[in-house]
Amino acid sequence: MSNQEPIHSFSSRILVLPEANIDTDQIIPARFLTTTTKVGLGKVAFNDWRYNADGSDKPHILNQIDPTEHRVLVGGNNFGCGSSREHAPWALMDYGFQAVISTEIADIFKSNCLKNGLLPVVVSKEVHDKLLANPQQRVTIDLQQNALTLEDGTVITFEVEAFARQCLLEGVDAMGWLLKRLPDIEKFEQSHGKAA
Amino acid sequence: MTAKSLFEKVWDAHVVEPEGADKPAVLYIDLHLVHEVTSPQAFSELDARGLKVRRPDRTFATLDHSIPTLAPDADGNRPYVTAQAKKQVETLEANAANNGLRLFGYDAENRGVVHVIGPEMGLTQPGYTVVCGDSHTSTHGAFGCIAFGIGTSEVGHVLATQCLAQRKPKTMRITVDGKLQPGVTGKDVALTVIATLGFSGGTGYALEYAGDVIRELDMEGRMTVCNLSIEAGARCGMIAPDQKTIDWLRGRQYVPQGEAYDEAAKGWLALASDEGAVFDKEIRIDGSTIEPMATWGTSPDQGAAIVRGVPVAGNEDQERALKYMGFTGGEAREVEKVDVVFIGSCTNGRMADLRAAAAIMKGRKVAPGVRALVVPGSEWVRIEAEKEGLHEIFLEAGAEWRLPGCSMCIAMNGDFVLPGQLAVSTSNRNFEGRQGPGSRTVLASPATAAASAVAGHVADPRQFMALEEA
Repeated sequence: MSNQEPIHSFSSRILVLPEANIDTDQIIPARFLTTTTKVGLGKVAFNDWRYNADGSDKPHILNQIDPTEHRVLVGGNNFGCGSSREHAPWALMDYGFQAVISTEIADIFKSNCLKNGLLPVVVSKEVHDKLLANPQQRVTIDLQQNALTLEDGTVITFEVEAFARQCLLEGVDAMGWLLKRLPDIEKFEQSHGKAA
Repeated sequence: MTAKSLFEKVWDAHVVEPEGADKPAVLYIDLHLVHEVTSPQAFSELDARGLKVRRPDRTFATLDHSIPTLAPDADGNRPYVTAQAKKQVETLEANAANNGLRLFGYDAENRGVVHVIGPEMGLTQPGYTVVCGDSHTSTHGAFGCIAFGIGTSEVGHVLATQCLAQRKPKTMRITVDGKLQPGVTGKDVALTVIATLGFSGGTGYALEYAGDVIRELDMEGRMTVCNLSIEAGARCGMIAPDQKTIDWLRGRQYVPQGEAYDEAAKGWLALASDEGAVFDKEIRIDGSTIEPMATWGTSPDQGAAIVRGVPVAGNEDQERALKYMGFTGGEAREVEKVDVVFIGSCTNGRMADLRAAAAIMKGRKVAPGVRALVVPGSEWVRIEAEKEGLHEIFLEAGAEWRLPGCSMCIAMNGDFVLPGQLAVSTSNRNFEGRQGPGSRTVLASPATAAASAVAGHVADPRQFMALEEA
């Protein structure tokens, strides 16, 4: 929430979870939401996909890869649907992801990602198919250029809401941006019958 | 003057600073509702910046997600699922005290599920902007509010400034024409809308529900419809205030009283979309064709009329969903043996919902082997239901009667469905494991849930309804 490290450009292998409609209950089941901090949630990211009831590992790809090598998550359509829990991006980032790519990313999840520096990248079905066809590939994401480069050299431009992009690139603090507007907010309250 | 939609009227009245190409609008928030799960990190952020909640008079907190629905023991100890859950509740109690917030805690007669108590107390008022760190905040749209769920970072923004940086969404009007058949409820309308739009069909839109069917719904039914907007991807869903809205809110604790109320109500009626208002998208649904619905898959749009049975999978996602649910395409719903029935939640935990369930359960028994849990949405609902004797109907039928909370909808308080068990639930999400690891969920109306509890399998409730209704 506070000042983040600016994001510019990085390269990484992708990690593909092709299922459509991966909801935030899959990303982090609700029983892990009793935490009062945002740290250390990577170990319960996709908990019920990764672990048996007794805590032992399931043979899931998320247990087999080196997260530092796979920092771009490619999910199926409508990724991040469901609840507003910001624990979802916290868990994904703590696991090691820096970007999420899908053909559609749910609204609240997308907003939560942008607040935390987890870059949501929406691509066409054709590009998505190319990513799924080569799930070991290395991609480059350049926020400065709004460009995603696939291993075969294809360069795709993606959109990020202008203000969120500025926050990510320049480390602008969104709460601070709003706090600077307090004089106008007070005026608004006075003129709209909303003063305390 | 340009014709405006309900959404545009409410939005425009809350713009502190208009949006531009490079910046979102600064949107004023009238009512901020807070609960224990999505707020602790936001309060920590304020603490770290040396800030206090700017408008405690517009910020109200409740305990609902993590709290036990069983009574405390003789020493007053509550049966929390974990020490961490207890700590989370105590954290909100401390944050509320530290910031001078009104917390509807254990001692409050109004404690309950956040989207039940807001309207119940009249905190929710037509024309308001309402936010909460909870995706079902869209519920409050039933009163003509722009109401939407936000993440914890944004909870912090509102606590600190009473504003959010927001882009204006597109608008979509969903008109449900005609007349509902007897035995068909708001939940069935909502599940039909979601099945029509698809799980992400509302993404990027603010929905307005209109048409004769919506007008005819009671306020509880309208809240159920708006509540489920997010299950079609829409952050917000609204219904224009009308005389029903005004009658329902009159006299509630936080609304203006007496003549001031009538004055306010005039303004509320003027919020309705103008004749000729333009929407980015319009869809129409024939309400007379809607039948009692039940989901068959693992997303809320995977639902169908119970009488039509389980559909044959048309793609890989549907195949995967049917496999998880253990259902076979083409089979009748009646073959689905039910283990658990849950009646409650912000979707269907209100008086009208409990009355509908009780009407089916009265004089009947929950089928052997079925666990039925009835959880009122608030203390007020619990007390009213007990006054009407609804709890006795549930208890005599063999169901459990609990204290208010989110309970088995989100399954983080110790109320959960066991691995492999099938639950018919009046809640809002049938995701894999939503009601407990390995749980399987069928979403349905309170009447359908009650009928399924009695029948022991997924059942169309109309077979248990009095003939004169039909």
